[in-house]
Amino acid sequence: MSGKTLFEKIWQAHEVEAAEAGRPAVLYVDLHLIHEVTSPQAFDVLRARGMGLRQPGRTVATLDHSTPTTPADAEGRHTYADAATEAQVRQLQTNCAEFGVTIHGYDSPSRGIVHVMAPELGLTQPGMTIVCGDSHTSTHGAFGALAFGIGTTEVGHVFATQCLLQQKAKTMAIEVEGRLKPNVGAKDLILHIIGQLGVAGGTGHVVEYRGEAIRALSMEARMTVCNMSIEMGARAGLIAPDEQTFAWLKGRPNAPQGADWNQAVARWKQFTTDSDAQFDRVVTIDASAVEPSVTWGTDPGKVVAISGRLPEVADEGVRKALAYMKLEAGQAIHGVPVDVVFLGSCTNSRLPDLQEAAAVLRGLRVHPKVRMLVVPGSEAVKRDAEAIGLHEVFIAAGAEWREPGCSMCLGMNGDIAKPGELVVSTSNRNFEGRQGKGVRTVLASPATAAAAAVAGVIVDPRSFQEAAA
Amino acid sequence: MNPLTHITARATVLDIANIDTDQIIPARFLTTTTRIGLGKHAFNDWRYRADGSPDPNFVLNQGEAGDRVLLAGDNFGCGSSREHAPWALLDAGIRAVISTRIADIFRNNALKNGLLAIVVSPEQWASLHAQSGAAWVIDLRAETIQAGAVIVPFKIDAFARACLLEGVDELGYLLKRTDLIDRFEQGRAA
Ligand code: SF4
Repeated sequence: MSGKTLFEKIWQAHEVEAAEAGRPAVLYVDLHLIHEVTSPQAFDVLRARGMGLRQPGRTVATLDHSTPTTPADAEGRHTYADAATEAQVRQLQTNCAEFGVTIHGYDSPSRGIVHVMAPELGLTQPGMTIVCGDSHTSTHGAFGALAFGIGTTEVGHVFATQCLLQQKAKTMAIEVEGRLKPNVGAKDLILHIIGQLGVAGGTGHVVEYRGEAIRALSMEARMTVCNMSIEMGARAGLIAPDEQTFAWLKGRPNAPQGADWNQAVARWKQFTTDSDAQFDRVVTIDASAVEPSVTWGTDPGKVVAISGRLPEVADEGVRKALAYMKLEAGQAIHGVPVDVVFLGSCTNSRLPDLQEAAAVLRGLRVHPKVRMLVVPGSEAVKRDAEAIGLHEVFIAAGAEWREPGCSMCLGMNGDIAKPGELVVSTSNRNFEGRQGKGVRTVLASPATAAAAAVAGVIVDPRSFQEAAA
Repeated sequence: MNPLTHITARATVLDIANIDTDQIIPARFLTTTTRIGLGKHAFNDWRYRADGSPDPNFVLNQGEAGDRVLLAGDNFGCGSSREHAPWALLDAGIRAVISTRIADIFRNNALKNGLLAIVVSPEQWASLHAQSGAAWVIDLRAETIQAGAVIVPFKIDAFARACLLEGVDELGYLLKRTDLIDRFEQGRAA
């Protein structure tokens, strides 16, 4: 008998009822995260049925998508983009109070983007099943948890039963061999991978990232990689837990404490893929071939190395993307003028991301034609950054230092760019209109974003990084 | 939910690959706390001109009102988990989406709301495309699309299909498994 993959081990440990012909499995959910956008209709389902949550303690809420990133006034009042976003935030507060769900609202020192906050609190743990009405739930896979996005109907299912009806996904290994070059990071790596596999390359699969280059990544960098799994269509992304995972989690408020800790670690250690396990598909990536990379088109699979050139018009998709982006086939991406730089989102808003950008910006000024927004992923990131003076680096450079939230990643809270503007963004989606109608998005790493802010054009960040070193 | 056995509708071709959820329903319309009324914003940024008037060049603004089947390019529905995407399409009169690939979360969300999400081969897609002017009938029981003279068989997830045909609500199905869930939780606590 051949061994099991990490995915299969987590799956088996959560099967309330195995799948049979014509019937999906019933899968138990350990942790359910919710936010204001995809939960209201699910609470209404409970109300309509006169039900409560089966396990209110397994659901945790935060405010992130619709929340303003400007500070509250002296009376604690927030300025919302419009009445609808404010109503949505209030609705979540009301729903959580009514149904007994813990919410990290404005008064919580832990509030943040759902995928930044939950790991920080130690809610995210190896071997768990974690779901959220949000496709970037794959982020939590960095801890060896099976974490995936669900729709609002399923949010209701988890509320009522703590379970989901699930078909088992196929498995895919992405073996990242060798080591990344200096000053090439996790964001470059994942953009490179999506560029290679395409935006549907992972459809139907749960991806496990493996290999030397992955093991060498920090936990924050692993989260960046797993975060974007959905951008290649994968159901989830996973990285097996190791000593680094355990060290990162130790002492966090919701992590096991005392004697429970040692037991938990012993249990977590089994959540790795057996050496003789088989994946449905294996892809190998050469880490040393990864360059600082950005997107040039209107989906995250349209990726180019910063030193590279845009493709020739091969099909209608390329033609349409070039037209929307106002770029020419075959042109260099280097030197393209930039209007706005956004440093934030659940992909790149953690402390090391801010440090990476600050290292480029220190002592320099944001180009006079560029507006730069820095939005920490959580209250904790904001505090930690301020404790080491990063905010001063950003402010001195002329960037805006904001309150935590999703902000310009999807612009629901009113943080958007103007039609036609080009935004270099550390977020995860460059879809048409994602950051405002007609706005052109270029996805990049924190270092690349910071370098673009200073230069006013897209440039290789390594010249800045080497100068700073 | 009402049982769903077949759909009679006109085809609308949107031959663009990788139509993402931000195109289907842009984020600025996700501020609602209900499921209804999103149809007017389906494909908002393609459908309306800068002054807010419908763009006559966009396919959904063409032809008579009534139920539609969307024949879409490869990898439809990639991106976000927002169920607002199928809600918006249904509210706009779209009853089924047919593509050569459909993103996992979108397909799942669609089927849970009675929006048929059907994957066909590139050859089948082409033969359907050739019939886009004809009347179409999708028979969920037989799992066939009849498009003019052409009949294309398809397969959708057997459980989702059974739920749709019988109008079974999946939450009700899960709630019937409460005993199993109790036992699972007790087993873990032990
Ligand atoms: S930061 Fe962006 S991708 Fe992440 S949860 Fe918020 S809106 Fe979604």
